Amino acid sequence: MHQVEIATTQETLLDSPEMVLNMGPQHPSTHGVLRVILKLDGETVIDLDCDIGYLHRGMEKIAENRMYTMIAPYWDRLDYIAAVSNGLVWVETVEQMMNLAVPPRAHYLRTILTEFNRIASHLLWLATHALDIGAVTVLLWALREREEILKIFERQFGARLTCHAWRVGGMPNDAYDDFEADVRQFVNNFPKRLDEYETVLSENRIWLSRTVGIGVISAEEAIAIGLSGPALRGSGVPWDIRKARPYAAYADMDFDLPLGENGDTYDRYLVRMEEMRQSRRIIDQALDKLPDGPVNAKLPKIVKPPVGDYYHSIEGPKGEIGCYLVSDGTAQPWRVRVRPPSFINLQALKQMCVGHLVADVVAIIGTLDIVLGEIDR
Amino acid sequence: MALFAPLNLVNDLLVKLFEQETINFVVWPLIQIGLVVTLVALWVAYATYLERKISAFMQARLGPMRVGPWGLLQPIADGLKLLTKEDFVPDKADRWIFFFAPYIAVAAAFIVFSVIPFGPDWAVIADVNIGLLLVLAVSSVGVLALILAGWSSNSKYALLGALRSSAQMVSYEVGMGLALIGALMFARTLSLSGIVGAQGSDSVWFIAYQPVGFLLFLVAGIAENNRAPFDLPEAESELVAGFHTEYSGMRWSLFFMAEYAAMVVVASVATTVYLGGWYVPFVHSLTEAKGYHNLYVLVSVLAFVIKASIILYLYFWLRWTLPRFRYDQLMDIGWKWLIPAALINVGWSALTVFLAQALDTWKVLDTIQQLDNRLNLTPAGKGLVIGMGLVGLVVTGLVLSRINWRSRDFHLKTQRRNIRLVDVPKGKPAVS
Repeated sequence: MHQVEIATTQETLLDSPEMVLNMGPQHPSTHGVLRVILKLDGETVIDLDCDIGYLHRGMEKIAENRMYTMIAPYWDRLDYIAAVSNGLVWVETVEQMMNLAVPPRAHYLRTILTEFNRIASHLLWLATHALDIGAVTVLLWALREREEILKIFERQFGARLTCHAWRVGGMPNDAYDDFEADVRQFVNNFPKRLDEYETVLSENRIWLSRTVGIGVISAEEAIAIGLSGPALRGSGVPWDIRKARPYAAYADMDFDLPLGENGDTYDRYLVRMEEMRQSRRIIDQALDKLPDGPVNAKLPKIVKPPVGDYYHSIEGPKGEIGCYLVSDGTAQPWRVRVRPPSFINLQALKQMCVGHLVADVVAIIGTLDIVLGEIDR
Repeated sequence: MALFAPLNLVNDLLVKLFEQETINFVVWPLIQIGLVVTLVALWVAYATYLERKISAFMQARLGPMRVGPWGLLQPIADGLKLLTKEDFVPDKADRWIFFFAPYIAVAAAFIVFSVIPFGPDWAVIADVNIGLLLVLAVSSVGVLALILAGWSSNSKYALLGALRSSAQMVSYEVGMGLALIGALMFARTLSLSGIVGAQGSDSVWFIAYQPVGFLLFLVAGIAENNRAPFDLPEAESELVAGFHTEYSGMRWSLFFMAEYAAMVVVASVATTVYLGGWYVPFVHSLTEAKGYHNLYVLVSVLAFVIKASIILYLYFWLRWTLPRFRYDQLMDIGWKWLIPAALINVGWSALTVFLAQALDTWKVLDTIQQLDNRLNLTPAGKGLVIGMGLVGLVVTGLVLSRINWRSRDFHLKTQRRNIRLVDVPKGKPAVS
């Protein structure tokens, strides 16, 4: 017989049912089309599930039907905030499979421009992260600086966001005439502006109370999940592909890794802010050491890497961007697989959010710095 | 004066048309109400324009520039646009409540203007002798509109926004009311005109006697209006748009107007109670004493608007500078900081009044009528009260620190860590 359970004690009578809140995919602060299904007790998150795939474009499958040189523009659309870094991982993977000797000037320019892209990406992260926590003015200040970088990109690559920056074997063309002057100007102005942002946020009581102790992830957990980039360094793990396995001209560069202690949102904020300073330092050095010479290696008519597979990764703004490439010796890859940093960093979301409030979920999504184009591919 | 000739003409015409009693109690109030509603609506509309302009200047951009010179017609264009938009009602919304909630919000915000003394004489619609109570009572009806809007939308975001706003407004109303008590002890009247008179006659504004009360009222006022950094009910990054997520078109803009009108209300009350209202030194002797009565009123109204606008500017400034609090932190501030501080302020003000009277610096009069809205403080008494006010700031700070010593947020700055910079040895290059 069906037994009806009658609530007798006061606790069960007062027990409020949990609410399922569907955050996204059109929510203003899930940074694109991420759908987060929150199970709430009042405003406290007790469980959380991510639903992704709204921006799936089948990049990896498309790549199987394109020639090696034709794939690079698709790669710019993975993480559209960091198109330059994404382009680099593809061309470097192909180059290394083919054992191409890229001229040093190209390496140095690649270093400068990917570091610019890192700053641009971090600035956009700062803008949106601050906006999520409610500091609206930082958004427009950060975008103002990013605009300077985008202007350099536009003059160099002909596009602002999805710049098809590199070619297999080097660069499409040498740096434009005023490149050095533009870069110098940015490098000189930037620290002042960064200090401005830090005055608004770093010591701000509200900012501190919204970020300190929020979304804590320990070093062990971070490694277990596979976090990379600032999210990993915020937990105090000294791991950076630029140091561990230098690519482009990073072996000649002198820079430090900023490391957090507690792995909370505030640490990751400080790490990214400091990373922008270090990027500026790298740009400064690379520009001083910029060698002369050609920017392109000699390339066969059709790019055909030898049969085999290869994995190469670089330190993108959001973490380790990897590219696993299987070649069957033809003009098209047999299989391509991307290791998107955002996708793997997003796994930490549940661990970071459970027990916090709805407002913190927004802050944590911001601190993970995800880009849905990269997650869904 | 030629400027006021039409006014006298209207008066003459009215005298011919109606009886004197009708004019005094029906016609003039109606004209006043019409004027105040129009002008306040204009003020509210241009507050949105100013907010956009000020935020633009803070963010290195221009703001509205296209509609009219410097975008001056932007609020009107916005209004027209919103009027022509679809009045969308969600499928499962509670239609009637959904329809009426915005009107309650606007009404609650605008009714308060009936007792605000914009200036002396004819610049105030009704000088109710419980004016301040009426302000507090009516503005707290505003929370009802938010709850109804959030509930009737039948949306989870709107519901969460409504829950937040009800909790927030109810808690901060307590602090707001308590913060005003200190000033009332000096003014000895709830009539807003009376409070202005009490400051005007002694020519010391209550901000000098009540620095703690003024700060508390400002903070509580911002929270009461759901403005940043306390704009949780409509926190756009968390709850999309909070309680008015499902609203569109004119109904949405009614909420918007109500929000700005409520801001103007709080700024007006702060001006009235703490910044001397319409009172400006020397204006009285320059105009009224020489027989220019209407000029006196106009200058006073202008002074009132300028003072209130300074407080409005403070609101804009804070909104575009500070991040948003979290819900629990907001409650912490309300119950652990604001209300204790307001209670301390009440006690401290009572002590100040007692001291001023005990030291015979306050020529106490027997009845309210005799008081005639004058404080009658001797210069020594004024010095004593101002000094006590400043000491009160320190005392309040110390007591609050003692109360909140153990809370996490108190030691936030010491919890702030610097990051380490390490130079890791380089690995084998990937590139040969």
